[in-house]
Formats: sequence, C-alpha cells, structure tokens
Amino acid sequence: MRHFILIAALVFVPLVTPAYGKTGHYEAVVAEPFLELHTGPGRGFPVFHVVDRGEQIEVVKRRTDWFQVRTARGVEGWVKLDQMAETLDTAGKPTALDDPTAEDYAGRRWEAGLQMGDLDGANVISMYGGYHFTRNFSVELQLGDVSGDFSNGWIATASIVHQPFPEWRVSPYATLGTGVLHIEPQATLVQSEDRTDQIAHVGVGLRTYLTKRFMLRTEYNSYLTFSSRDDNEELDEWLAGFAFFF
Amino acid sequence: MASGLRVLLLTGLAAAATGCSVFGRDNPPLEDAGASAPVISPDVERREIKTPKIDSEDFEITGFVGLLSVEDFGSNTVYGARIAYHVTEGLFLEGTYAQTGDVDETSVEVLDNIDLLGSDRKYSYYDLAVGWNIFPGEVFIGKNHAFNSALYVLAGAGNTTFAGDDFFTLTFGAGYRVLATDSIALHFDVRDHLFDNDVTGEDKTTHNIEFGLGLSWFF
Repeated sequence: MRHFILIAALVFVPLVTPAYGKTGHYEAVVAEPFLELHTGPGRGFPVFHVVDRGEQIEVVKRRTDWFQVRTARGVEGWVKLDQMAETLDTAGKPTALDDPTAEDYAGRRWEAGLQMGDLDGANVISMYGGYHFTRNFSVELQLGDVSGDFSNGWIATASIVHQPFPEWRVSPYATLGTGVLHIEPQATLVQSEDRTDQIAHVGVGLRTYLTKRFMLRTEYNSYLTFSSRDDNEELDEWLAGFAFFF
Repeated sequence: MASGLRVLLLTGLAAAATGCSVFGRDNPPLEDAGASAPVISPDVERREIKTPKIDSEDFEITGFVGLLSVEDFGSNTVYGARIAYHVTEGLFLEGTYAQTGDVDETSVEVLDNIDLLGSDRKYSYYDLAVGWNIFPGEVFIGKNHAFNSALYVLAGAGNTTFAGDDFFTLTFGAGYRVLATDSIALHFDVRDHLFDNDVTGEDKTTHNIEFGLGLSWFF
C-alpha cells in the first residue's frame, strides 16, 4: 500500500504541480507607482490591495473592461482597463489591450446585429450579418421572423449596402437587394394557403457608433413582392436595433 | 549625321561607364572580403517570446428551470437556455429559448370536459433582450465568504409559439445573479411575457409571469 502511494505520488505530483512561471497566463509588470486591485469587476467594488511598481502580476482573465490578476504573493483581484494599460509586459513594452475605438469601427470587416420593428402592420424581429469589402461598400444577409394579427412568416434577403461617409459617427447608408417572403395565415382564420413570394427592396438607414464594438442601426425598406396574383404588392418596413462589429 | 554619331558614341561611353561600375561591385578587391568576414561568429540562440493571450470571459451561458404561469392555463414547469454577451460592466445582451410541457387545462376545459387547444398544448418562446446591472454588489455568507452579485433589469422582444400560432411577445424582467466562483453564477429571475391572443375566444393581452432558477457559466 505504501509503495502504491509512493508510486502514485511520483507519477501524479509532477502533473499537478505547475512549474514556476509556466502558468500560461499573460504576465505584466507594474510601471506606475501602484496598481489597484478591486474585489470585483465593476466600479463600485472597493480597492482591497495595491501592487507596487516593479512587481510582476499574472493576468488570469478579462471580463468586459476588467482584468483579474494574481500577484506574486497569490492575491487575486480585479484591475480596471485604464490602469492595466499602464503596465508593461515582461519584455518591457506596454501591455497591448484590445480596446476597439471609432477608428477600428471605420475600418471594420464584419458586422452583425439584431433589429426589430414593423413590416406593414406586422411585427418583425430580424438578425443580419454583413461583410465590408471597402469602407463604403458591404454585403448583408438578413433573416426576419414576422408575426402579424392575421398571419405569420419569415423574410430572408441579401443586399448590397453603400455607406458614403463611413467616418461619420452618425452615418447614412443605402441598400438594394432581393429575397423571399414566406407568409402563413393564422390557424384561427378560415383555411388559406401558405405562400412564398420573391421580393426586391430598396432602403435607407442610419448607423450610429456608440462605444467599443457597438452601434445603433435604424432602417427603412420598401419591398416589392412579385406574387402570382394579379398585382404586385408593396410593403414598408421600419427597423431599429443593436449591431456590433468584429 | 555628325550629331547622330556623337549621340551613338556618348551612349556607348555611358554604357561602358555603367558597365564598369557594375563590374566593380561584382568583384570587390580581396582585402575587402577579408575585412567583412567576422573573426568570431556569434552563436546567439534567438529566444522567441510568445506572449500568452488574455482570456476574455464576456459570454455567459445559462440553463434554467422555473414556473411559467400561462394566462388561463395554469402554472407550468418551464426549462430553457440562455446566452448573454456582456458589453460593459453594466450592459449585456441576451437571447433565450424556453419551453413547457403540455400546459394545464383551463377551468372551462375541466368543467365542460372540452379541449380548447388540441395537440398544440406546448408553450415555447424565444426572445432577445437588453439588460442592465443596476445594483452590482457583494453578498456575505458568514464572516468568511463574500460573493459578487448583481441585481439587473431587462427588456426585450421575441416570439411565442402557443395554441398553434406565433405571437409577437414583449418581455420585461428583473433578476439577481450571484457568482459562486469567478466563472459560475446562480440566477434568480422574474419575467413577464406579454402578448395579444384570442385563444379563449376574445382578443386580449395576456401576462405570462415566469420565475426561473438558473446556473450559468462564463466563457
């Protein structure tokens, strides 16, 4: 039995004991006179510990704009982004932190968002994703869930988007696209057939850069449905929502 | 003719001059070669410094069970999943999907022994909401344990599938989050789901109140 424990200890202890300095975490050195550790990742949490200049800290994780750090003595606490940005890495260079700005926003590649609004009297919840080829020009795919008083359905479109002034904080854009609209009349109404029509649309919208990765988006689309019935139908859609870029 | 010849000669001269300089570069004098070769060649092993990335934990996934009071159809067990993205320390966005089993019968159904909903007795919904941690803080259990917490409010919209139809639904709620560890949290939520329907024969706005208990993980 004793042998077994000894062998187990020899085999397992090296596996569970972390080698010093090889924790895999980012390591930083305090460059300002001191670094404040809060008890939680928020402005209301009190400072309970300070780390002096020159001391090394290990950055365990990040949550929004707060960094959980561990000092050489094993004290763990949360540091705010602006103080973290003043530390140096082990090579002596300033700690590089991902903190998106308006400049990153103007040069974004991918964006996605959620919007809700009104499609000719029916409620619509929609999500979209877009890719920017240039600062002015992008393509978008949009998928909406439509629920009205008399019918439900979904709408899917692909559009090209042109934004003439990408550097403006509140920036207008125009869209042009095509897609399909599927409508199912509600069950409590008299029997009526489901239908799927091709649609085309033009629209205008406004993006407002908020902060970090976020923007607000409002848009208006005018749809023309190519139905098999006698007349083509025109639909108006108003949407507003959140979007983010990455 | 004479000027043409002059141009030709000048071109030839220019070509010869450039040619010379090129040759000069190609064949450096021997003593130069000796000077450029180092006496001791340094054998420095370049250390490649790899900076580990800082692990971001802004996403939170939650599983929850609760009670959903479906207006006119009793209180029903509900279970669902939720994913949240924390934008700032205050603001978060979340999406939820949840469903009940077969909802209870209304008093009319019980007394008259009829079936209003047929096979469409399941209630399910999804919604997208914006939340705000209005009161972040800490809770103390005994004198040795402190846990981070937050009271949050949220509002959103979504779609409810019930009685064979889809209904546009608004959601308002408040919740309490206590972090058991830095990555695992307990949630207690109260939410009201509002939508207009005519399931019982008249058009009305129904309030469907939900109490939920959830366990979440940040990643």
